[in-house]
Amino acid sequence: MKRREFIKLALATTAAGTAATRASACPVSSRATGDLGVIVERASGSILIIESTGRTVLDRIEGLGDLSHASVVFSRNERFAYIFGRDGGLTKVDLINAVINRRVVQAGNSIGGAISDDGRLVAVANYEPGGVKLFDSASLAEVGEIAAEFGRDQRSKTVGIADAPGRRFLFSLYDGGEIWLVDCGMSGPPKVTKFGGVGSLPYDGLITRDGRYYLAGLFGEDGLVCLDLWADQPAPRRILAGYGKGEEKLPVYKMPHLRGWAQAGDRFLLPAVGRHEVLVVQAETFQEIGRVAVHGQPVFVMARPDGRHAWVNFAHPKNDVVQVIDSRSLAIQRELRPGPAVLHMEFTGRGHEVWLSVRDADRVDVYDTRTFAKLAELPARKPSGIFFTCRAHRTGF
Amino acid sequence: MVVLAGLLAFGTSAWALEEQREKELTNLVRQDCGSCHGMTLKGGLGRSLARERISQFDDDTLVAIILGGVPGTPMPPWRGLITDEEVRWIVGRLKTGFPE
Repeated sequence: MKRREFIKLALATTAAGTAATRASACPVSSRATGDLGVIVERASGSILIIESTGRTVLDRIEGLGDLSHASVVFSRNERFAYIFGRDGGLTKVDLINAVINRRVVQAGNSIGGAISDDGRLVAVANYEPGGVKLFDSASLAEVGEIAAEFGRDQRSKTVGIADAPGRRFLFSLYDGGEIWLVDCGMSGPPKVTKFGGVGSLPYDGLITRDGRYYLAGLFGEDGLVCLDLWADQPAPRRILAGYGKGEEKLPVYKMPHLRGWAQAGDRFLLPAVGRHEVLVVQAETFQEIGRVAVHGQPVFVMARPDGRHAWVNFAHPKNDVVQVIDSRSLAIQRELRPGPAVLHMEFTGRGHEVWLSVRDADRVDVYDTRTFAKLAELPARKPSGIFFTCRAHRTGF
Repeated sequence: MVVLAGLLAFGTSAWALEEQREKELTNLVRQDCGSCHGMTLKGGLGRSLARERISQFDDDTLVAIILGGVPGTPMPPWRGLITDEEVRWIVGRLKTGFPE
């Protein structure tokens, strides 16, 4: 009897031991995601999963299709990344297990996407067919489509998609010159409110971090359009109208990007189109309060999370330089020359570091944002966008 | 026949760029033109540069568009950044299958 009991006990111990070994060998239980991020390798259809504490590459995931102009949003628990590819691919990647969880090819040509504030809906803005599609964030099942129809049976490319509080999304019709507000509610089909005649060729949009203002930049004319979502009857209002004062535009070799734009204290810093300037406006009134002459056509003007500095990169052929603007004095605080084709900049959550993709050097560089010292270099194949999981908790990111 | 073709190609000079410059131009078209036209050149904010579509236009028209841009659209003039000869090389390659 005694012997039998001993064997039973031994077996139980072995079983428990095996289970414990399995648990510790499996990374699921040991990895949190708050310091993770994704680097897009645009030319090879792959992404790198990185961690920003030790500044290391954890894994590479391949087979994501055409990732030129790819962007990424994150689930509320920061475990999943949703990657929007140029070829209409929408891929949900599990950052902990470093595997593709789901993937759909939902359109022929896409430009970007957003995730709702409750984390349940993913919206993708498409060029072809022009419009926005809505997906369940868990299953990637399609749950709605909004065709961007305008004029006489025309369909517009859609741009500048942004999430707004209350399961809402905003986007602009590039060809149609309209802004649409989509309210997904909790039941029934989404309600679409259309704002027409906002201006010529809106090329991108942003929503402020409080979810109050949606701004669309215009390519076809000088100025931006602003929609105040806190107004009882939101109506598009032109701001910075005619900032070029009819001067001939300089050629734009890469379109500016508004998402990731800069709110610095009580002011917004925005890229001008067709001139080598950063425009500075008062946050409440949207009156112009200054301009900063910069190195080239600005692409991204991104505030360090505290707003004290804004980092600016530039269009081809002046894209080897990054400038840092002091948001109080509007002086150029620093000029860096990281290398050929700096495409994107991403700050850590509270802004102590910035990561820069240096595409033509096949490298991502990490800088200290106070001393401007370079802290690390990571090899990456033709890197473009860099996205950290802390975006999960910011409106408009 | 092969020799003749070679001579003709050499004579047009469009095919006589340095190998290094061809690599740079390939990167420029894929990466920088690609920011609007797509890295695979299937189109994006800008129109498709796919072989089937591009082949509908004669070389001089395409060269003029690339060098001079298209007013009223985001297509900028590339004159000053690339030479006439280099643009002819790009046009030729777009029509015959653009290198990776």
